[in-house]
Amino acid sequence: MTVNELASALKLRVVTMPEPDTVVEGGYAGDLLSWVMGNATQGCAWMTIMTNRNIVAVAQLIDMACVIITEGSDIPEDVVQLAEKQGINILATDQPTYETCVRVSSLI
Amino acid sequence: MPEPLKFTYDINGENFASAGEASMQIKKELRSLGFAPETIRRVSIAMYEGEINMVIHAGGGVAEVLVCPEKIEITLTDHGPGIPDIDLAMQEGYSTAPDAIRSIGFGAGMGLPNMKKYTDEMIIESEVQKGTKVFMRVDVK
Repeated sequence: MTVNELASALKLRVVTMPEPDTVVEGGYAGDLLSWVMGNATQGCAWMTIMTNRNIVAVAQLIDMACVIITEGSDIPEDVVQLAEKQGINILATDQPTYETCVRVSSLI
Repeated sequence: MPEPLKFTYDINGENFASAGEASMQIKKELRSLGFAPETIRRVSIAMYEGEINMVIHAGGGVAEVLVCPEKIEITLTDHGPGIPDIDLAMQEGYSTAPDAIRSIGFGAGMGLPNMKKYTDEMIIESEVQKGTKVFMRVDVK
């Protein structure tokens, strides 16, 4: 399933989607960035409440399919711009992290 | 690539928001040189963690990356406070990062362990109040 398809299927808010056709190969949830760096896998959808600029670097370095910002966290405009520039897809939802993981898991 | 390529980056210690730029840059360079995705991933994650460490703890520093066909070597040099007990710092979960850093998702005590995990060799030389030098080597498989 592509990021674009995942976003439509789960009615996720598209914050920025420069690479809509990237395939989602798995999922990972976590807010401690170094922990995520050490354990998340390439091609995953990453569920987090973190919204600072460093999430873009983490997603880019791990080659994630997309970041899904959960729990309705606010996303600063400069983070959106950086993600767009670096080719990182960011989706968002008001749902909690756990529920989002369950829904993602049912689709991939 | 007959000669090793050398890339040097100044890591700005004043601006935490820009931390990671050197790693993202080296990732692009390695990609354009045609290295395997897994090699690129290991180098860029190890370097990112090092970059973050230099910004959090040492007020920045210099990252030098030597790219050879069979290996990639990263040397990070700073003039920060040094690491008094390297064995302790290497333990997962041990962190001296301030609260402000923790609130943005760092300071989990995973930086140095991740750097070791993703490289084939890591050597830390540190002197208290003088600074720290971290050497890392990733073999191209």
